[in-house]
Amino acid sequence: MASTERLLLSGNEAVALAALHAGVKLGTGYPGTPSTEILEAFDLIGGPAQWAPNEKVALEVALGASFAGARSLTTMKHVGVNVAADPLFTAAYIDMTGGLVLVSADDPGMASSQNEQDNRHYARAAIVPMLEPADAQEAYDFTLAAFELSERWKVPVILRMTTRICHAKTEVRPGPERPSSIQPGYERDIPGRVMIPAYARPAHHKVRAKMEEIAQWNEQSDLNRIYPGDRSLGIIASGVAVMHAREAAPEATMLALGLTWPLPMQRIKEFVASVDRCVIIEEGDHLLYEALKVEGLDVEGKPEMYRFSELNVPRVRRILSGDTTPEAKPPRGKPPELCKGCSHREVFEALSRMDCIVAGDIGCYTLGVLPPFEAMDTCVCMGAAIGVGLGLRHTLPDDQARRVVSVIGDSTFVHSGLTGIAEMVYNPPPTGHVVLIVDNSTTAMTGRQEHPGTGRSLNHEPANKMDFAAVCRAMGVKNVEVVDPQKPDEDFEGRLRAMMEKDELSVMIAERPCILAAPLIRKFEKAQEEKQAQCAAAMTD
Amino acid sequence: MAVTNIVLAGLGGQGVVKASDLLSTTAFNAGFEVKKSEVHGMSQRGGSVTSDVRFGEKVLSPMVPMGEADFLLVFESSQVDINRGWLKPGGVLIAPEAIPEGALRNRKSLNVAILGALSVMLDFDEDQWIRSIHTCLAEKLHTVNEQAFALGREVGQKMGRAKETEGV
Repeated sequence: MASTERLLLSGNEAVALAALHAGVKLGTGYPGTPSTEILEAFDLIGGPAQWAPNEKVALEVALGASFAGARSLTTMKHVGVNVAADPLFTAAYIDMTGGLVLVSADDPGMASSQNEQDNRHYARAAIVPMLEPADAQEAYDFTLAAFELSERWKVPVILRMTTRICHAKTEVRPGPERPSSIQPGYERDIPGRVMIPAYARPAHHKVRAKMEEIAQWNEQSDLNRIYPGDRSLGIIASGVAVMHAREAAPEATMLALGLTWPLPMQRIKEFVASVDRCVIIEEGDHLLYEALKVEGLDVEGKPEMYRFSELNVPRVRRILSGDTTPEAKPPRGKPPELCKGCSHREVFEALSRMDCIVAGDIGCYTLGVLPPFEAMDTCVCMGAAIGVGLGLRHTLPDDQARRVVSVIGDSTFVHSGLTGIAEMVYNPPPTGHVVLIVDNSTTAMTGRQEHPGTGRSLNHEPANKMDFAAVCRAMGVKNVEVVDPQKPDEDFEGRLRAMMEKDELSVMIAERPCILAAPLIRKFEKAQEEKQAQCAAAMTD
Repeated sequence: MAVTNIVLAGLGGQGVVKASDLLSTTAFNAGFEVKKSEVHGMSQRGGSVTSDVRFGEKVLSPMVPMGEADFLLVFESSQVDINRGWLKPGGVLIAPEAIPEGALRNRKSLNVAILGALSVMLDFDEDQWIRSIHTCLAEKLHTVNEQAFALGREVGQKMGRAKETEGV
């Protein structure tokens, strides 16, 4: 039951509040636009939240919590689910104990991402139920429902949001707390949790059977809603497309799907039969359309041009009228750039002067590709700088190979760089290689989150600090140097040139706090010093 | 009541999102249904930022459709032309030039001054706006932003009078 309390929350804040009301015992994830604020908000309202080094580890930690009988929430952006896909696909075979909800925050239109993948595919591929809220109220309601579904059928559940759900603020009327009846405690279940082939074979059948049951339940579920209207036009939609379509065609009758996998096929068939014309309004791929066509339903999809970028009200109007004339280009704004005073500037100025072939990575420093630097040659995914750089070194003619340098940020290095260093040490190219870690002491791009290399946890309290130089040396890298690129007497460029001239394995750590994070870091450090001083004073009393 | 559509535009670091928070909080506390959305991420690196605020009795999509904005608030001169397309015919543009250079103690409160100019064209009490300033901003910023807001209101009143004269 909704209360009279009325809040204006982003979808991300609504998920955090619902997680608190669901009694989530552990929230874990890796920062990524547009998902980052969920765990930050969860921490602010008193929920236990922590950053994992990457999404795979986050999901694994969440799984452990579930096996222990606790509800766990794990959050990530759409491409983060690729990193977590390995545990996800097998987790589906395993009986969850405590409810486990994975939030996938997709970025149609690629406001801040390297691709536009549609993570609705994951529900089908991994055999996991998926919920898609249409606003912050549904983000709140569906999070609670997702935990209950997860525990009822002992399955991980994906809550799939998009930028316009995550970052849109809409009214939320929260309800009462709905914690789990399960208490944390260990119960052994070897065939249920140890996925050797002998146990995984029956587990595959089991998860398919669970999905059939959930599909059956979904036929009556109030997670899907009918908005009655004129029978001449029927629309089936999910996510934010529900809102765009209701505005674009207020007269139409609509089936808004909330639990979008497994589909309530009988209900959909009845809906399609009840209208003269039925149009599928879905953002991204033609997934729902294709699923309904396979069933032989007489539905219309959207022209291919609307697969790309976000939907909005005018685009939905065009889809409904079959308009495929070229669209007006959206206003071309000013592109982002490295901040004034950012030490990545010195780094990319040097790389540009040195005419390096730069295997780049994901973070603020990817902006080194834009003028005036134009000092980046590749950017694929988190951690790819090292592997791609090594591949280039292995195969280019020597004179070109010696120009190759891998550039990776500090948070990205922790996320996916360590295995790249192992590869470099294990399979060194004939000309050696140089990895440049641009360490600005924060996860800058997503809004300055902590990571294992900052020495602070999600809530900025002190934590163990990973020492990149020591790690690289311990892994077998011959030359490791730490340099501040903004201190001329430390001669960043000269030392990098010297490294590039050796046919050896080298890591240079260009260390300088992000100019936006530096004042915050000083504040956290000062608070810590004061706390320590108080403790010391208390000890001597 | 029809939905009121407002687009706020500027560059990263200018407080576009903060201003849309103030505006949406004010409308929400006045009892309206409010939806606001923007795209975060790359925006904080000095790139273009826009934020959409919509309020009324019933609001559906969180995005203002192109060409349907009643008001366009722009915080940076270079962003005026590229965003003009949001406005509906007869929609009101409030550009940064409306707030005279040097009139603000701190140009960082330009966002709140522009909201001040907007405020005289909307039906919310001045008190409601001041309450939003108090809830959305840190305490040390209250005075400077209340002054910026008051200055913006004067500008807005002049704009309103100019428009009336134009109409005659």
